Amino acid sequence: MPEFYGTKIQSRMMLGTAQYPSPAILADAFRRSGAGIATVSVRREAAGERAGEDFWSLIKDLNVALLPNTAGCHSVREAVTTAHMARELFDTRWIKLEVIGHADTLQPDPFGLVEAARILTDDGFQVFPYCTEDLVLCSRLQEAGCKVLMPWGAPIGTGLGLNNIYGLRSLRAHFPDVPLVVDAGLGLPSQAAHAMELGFDAVLLNTAVARAGDPAAMAAAFANAVDAGAQAYAADPMPPRDMAAPSTPVLGKAFLA
Amino acid sequence: MKIVVNGDPVETQETTLSGLLEELGLGGAKVATAVNETFVPVALRATHHLSNGDRVEIVAPRQGG
Repeated sequence: MPEFYGTKIQSRMMLGTAQYPSPAILADAFRRSGAGIATVSVRREAAGERAGEDFWSLIKDLNVALLPNTAGCHSVREAVTTAHMARELFDTRWIKLEVIGHADTLQPDPFGLVEAARILTDDGFQVFPYCTEDLVLCSRLQEAGCKVLMPWGAPIGTGLGLNNIYGLRSLRAHFPDVPLVVDAGLGLPSQAAHAMELGFDAVLLNTAVARAGDPAAMAAAFANAVDAGAQAYAADPMPPRDMAAPSTPVLGKAFLA
Repeated sequence: MKIVVNGDPVETQETTLSGLLEELGLGGAKVATAVNETFVPVALRATHHLSNGDRVEIVAPRQGG
């Protein structure tokens, strides 16, 4: 099972808390997923409101580790300030660092991401960077203090799966000892299984579960797929080849031509 | 004094951040604050003095992916 910044987690699934039809369905999806980490966020609280406290009591009951994000931040400064506010609210050093560089694809800004990661690491945060699968970027993030890497599979919310399998496989090969999480873009359990078959340590899901017709059932399906993929990677899959190779022995076949 | 709270203009007589939170009905609420894009921790709210034109952000835990 994965270990992030010295904390062992008894699940290879991280699950987001947004977009569910109701709080009860959210809680049910978490139970069926077995997820060990929930991603959360911070948003404006209106005068006289206590919406934050309602949500806080809901997620405390999930009994999972919390990973607050800096979703929607486009600059280093707002990501850093948001991270500080999240650390105080959720009482954790963990931060899923998002510095968005492109409005349509929500692609991370690699330059801002490295800068913010360095600032936050120096401030005592344990940074989970939402990044692309770029090898050089991931090296820089590691140099900035990140001990986890979370490349996208595809843009957030698209459900397109793993857009660059070669890139993700390269990351695994180049960072054999760094926990790797596919964060964003997964839409189907088969895609999650594929990520695990590549040797990733975990996947992070939200929309694929929350926007399914039956979120709790989809959470269970993803949990099975993640387990299957992880077991397959541990079992050392056969290498693919281009030409057919008979599995039934040729030797001893009756000569009937 | 005119300030901006969560993007909206607000007229207040309060001079500290903790006073403003009380006035807004958020005293003791589970919120985090920033003034002019800089984080202000809970422990410093009572001594953080507000100035005309300050931009205050008040956030709380929410759903996220």
